[in-house]
Amino acid sequence: MTSTKQNGEVRIGYFVCHCGHNIGATIDVLKVADVIKNLPGVVISREYKYMCSDPGQEMIQEDIKEHNLNRIVVAACSPLLHENTFRRATEKAGINQYYFHMVNIRENASWVHVDKAEATRKAIDLSRAAIQRVFFHQALEKKQVSINPNVLVVGGGISGIHAALTLAKAGKKVYLVERDPTIGGLMAKFDKTFPTLDCAACILTPKMTEVKNHPNIELMTYSEVEKVSGFVGQYKATIKRKPRYIKEDVCVGCLDCIDACIYKDGKYYDEFNVGLSKRKPVYIPFPQATPQLVVFDPEACVRLKRGKCKETCVEKCDRDAIDFDQKEKFEEIEIGSVIVATGFQIFDAKKIPYYGYGKYQNVYNALEIERLVNSSGPTGGQVVMRNGEVPKKIGIIHCVGSRDEKTNIWCSRVCCTYSVKLAHLLKELSGADVYNFYIDMRTPGKGQEEFYNQVMREGVHFIRGRVAEVTDWAAEKEEQGKLIIRVEDTLIGVVRRIPVDMVVLGVGVEPHSDADKIRRLFNISCSTEGFYLEKHPKLAPFDTASDGVYIAGGCQGPKDITDAVAQAGAAAAEALALIDKGFIEMEPNTAFISEDNCSGCKSCIPLCPYTAISFDEEVFKAKINEVLCKGCGTCVAACPSAAIDQNLFTNDQIYNEIDGLLKYEIV
Amino acid sequence: MSEKPKVAFYWCASCGGCEESIVDLAEGLLDVIEKVDIVFWPVAMDFKTSDVEAMADKSIFASFINGCIRTSEQEEMAHLLRKKSKVVVAYGSCAHTGGIPGLANQFAREQILTYVYDEAPTVTNENKVRPEVEHRMNGASVTLPAFRNVVRTLDQVIDVDYYIPGCAPTPKIAQEALQILLSGELPPNATVLAPDIALCDQCPRKDSKPEEFEYHGFKRPQWTDIDPEKCFLAQEIFCMGPATRGGCESLCIGGNMPCTGCFGPTCRVKDQGAKILSSICSALSAKDKDEIEKILDSIPDPLGTFYRYGLAGSLLRRNVKLPVS
Repeated sequence: MTSTKQNGEVRIGYFVCHCGHNIGATIDVLKVADVIKNLPGVVISREYKYMCSDPGQEMIQEDIKEHNLNRIVVAACSPLLHENTFRRATEKAGINQYYFHMVNIRENASWVHVDKAEATRKAIDLSRAAIQRVFFHQALEKKQVSINPNVLVVGGGISGIHAALTLAKAGKKVYLVERDPTIGGLMAKFDKTFPTLDCAACILTPKMTEVKNHPNIELMTYSEVEKVSGFVGQYKATIKRKPRYIKEDVCVGCLDCIDACIYKDGKYYDEFNVGLSKRKPVYIPFPQATPQLVVFDPEACVRLKRGKCKETCVEKCDRDAIDFDQKEKFEEIEIGSVIVATGFQIFDAKKIPYYGYGKYQNVYNALEIERLVNSSGPTGGQVVMRNGEVPKKIGIIHCVGSRDEKTNIWCSRVCCTYSVKLAHLLKELSGADVYNFYIDMRTPGKGQEEFYNQVMREGVHFIRGRVAEVTDWAAEKEEQGKLIIRVEDTLIGVVRRIPVDMVVLGVGVEPHSDADKIRRLFNISCSTEGFYLEKHPKLAPFDTASDGVYIAGGCQGPKDITDAVAQAGAAAAEALALIDKGFIEMEPNTAFISEDNCSGCKSCIPLCPYTAISFDEEVFKAKINEVLCKGCGTCVAACPSAAIDQNLFTNDQIYNEIDGLLKYEIV
Repeated sequence: MSEKPKVAFYWCASCGGCEESIVDLAEGLLDVIEKVDIVFWPVAMDFKTSDVEAMADKSIFASFINGCIRTSEQEEMAHLLRKKSKVVVAYGSCAHTGGIPGLANQFAREQILTYVYDEAPTVTNENKVRPEVEHRMNGASVTLPAFRNVVRTLDQVIDVDYYIPGCAPTPKIAQEALQILLSGELPPNATVLAPDIALCDQCPRKDSKPEEFEYHGFKRPQWTDIDPEKCFLAQEIFCMGPATRGGCESLCIGGNMPCTGCFGPTCRVKDQGAKILSSICSALSAKDKDEIEKILDSIPDPLGTFYRYGLAGSLLRRNVKLPVS
């Protein structure tokens, strides 16, 4: 090895772990230790049942001292699990932790192979690669970066609200950004919440008001995150403020302008009532909207569309709050951490045409029913169908766009219980006979099964079977004018036709169709269905792979209010832990440019996803800000004259690792 | 006379441009001749192989060998000069990285012979005559060097001490290299005797390259009205400059033509073509497969573009264990 000259004498200690049977049952660990023992540079080669245990770590430390080792290779599980354990052990024994290297022979060999001889050979190859690599390791130091205590919360639904309030109460400044004109999210549209039948508005609106009034929260509604740069502790975000055409600091929410609008009645799709009612071009989403500010819809307002109108609204507003010249504004904020709580969307039932949504007017989705049964909804809580009649018989179909290979395969978790809840409410308000059609009843969680039992006792019918279709084709006289639900009742093994007046589709939930935009902005990953990916499914369900970016609520996966709030609290606590520590340590795996070698070709500059590379016009060379660098290696690979190298991944390290991997003949 | 260091020049598979570059030293050549004793230079002086064979081992101070190795004769001469010389210098792109003749490694030996002796439009060869290593006629025998399976760089055949890059090396680079070698203070082994920084460093157009850019496709220089002041890549004309060692005084750039990469990569790069590909492809504007294809289609001869001088010495096809002869 050439590096022995530049790096002094290299004395490697090699330690291979059985991980109980995890590795030991598939890989001949004794043989691996034996083969590696004879490689150049290896002073000692040992195997042990659990390397990560205290005795295992002590063994490494004693060997370092006794044999004067200056390189440590541990072949065990994934570095994600125990790299830090062994780095600390190495450091404790008095040598720089970056002289340690970990080989994963569990996930990469024993767990994925059945042929013992081949798995053993692979473990040897992987280990040999590491042995050749560590010759070129160098001592490195972690850098500390301070944390900006301000937090950005994206999304003003119940998760975002709860996270923002938790942080604000702890004395942290919070920017709460919501793209709609009001906070409240989906929960604000619900009538009662399961399983306790608390009125959603009664428990939510006080929290909304608290957000508005909290001195530590800067509420940015009708706004979107446009750009994010920086890194954990030091993020910068550009927030797009969409124009409401209202001076926010002048408007008091008297709503006189809405009355004065030249449109006497609503004419446009009312987002809040999911289309069950119409609103005017100037509107407030709902009476408790927070902030209490009207919005002008630029697609609908005659003045904004054509530049000409009688402007009765302006005339009426005695505070001069209306400003038709408002433009989009961009504000830059500085924060140290981010909580993404952008929620989910409901499944579009039109994608299942045989359930008749959008075709038969009396087929509703569940969110429409939430509005319909709501006392402040479009009908004042009267269950009146689109045809003006009160239904006598109602069918609620579960799993619409859930547990279905043709649409979404996952269970949406909330639909069974909300369907039970809607059955209860509809029956209570209309006196109708209610049928629930389910595949499996899934009512986990505190009090939910009890609630299901209660509603069953109330006389709601439950039929087990996936509904085949909803049709208006009447087979007999009494079916005429009805919607017929065709279903196999799997409990009695009979195909049934059940005529009803109203059909409610228990639609599932799915990631927002534009979830990818936020995902890219914050550099977080998503699982296959598109929900944001947590750092660990069990131990860090609120954290992401992007440092300082946390997730909460429906954007991470289907969940009810209880779980969304719990996760939001956890995410806020994580952010607080980060903030109160005050600094973070950066892994020194950063790229660096050798000034003598850089030709100033600028090839690297546009490639950096973290904008860590800048160009120094004075010396005409590129420079990397090591605090911004995340060590992705893009610039290293792309530098056409190899003037960029990366700590922990130098060319020498990688080439020798590959070389070690491909030396079959030694075995 | 005998006090002066002995020097040999030899050519293998090359175009003769490298020999020309020695002559291009002009008055400089006289300085060289004054300082050294040229003991072998087939292109200019009448020596025979047997003269070299008669010399004592290591008696030549430096042999400057240009051209790559394609035939048995070139191979033999390379070995012979290695034996007789203290220092062997690979002179010019072909000896250094394979050069233009190295592009022949895209084709099998038989493909080349079939085309050249049978199929080329200018060839009439009714009797299907092929060159033979030995031909006997009327009791006499004539021989030709064997045509090897692949083109090799000089250092794939013999140990090489130094490299002078370029197609051909510029007089300046050649003279500086000679001076270094004759100074008596020899640089570390395997050094390329040219600056170890990419051409952009010296490019007169470097100010005009923007920091943010992406490639939407590449224009061919012969069909483009080229802005003589602006960075070629910024004009979406493919230029090897970022991946090529400088030291050529930006001659092509000065002639309003992009760099084609003849000086080879910097010492830190193992494969010049792969490096520029990695760099260029990271900056394509395309987001999907079709768009990517479209941009790549604007480079009609990728191998000849990215590996114009470097194919023989590159990592490509190196795992093919083709016998050399």
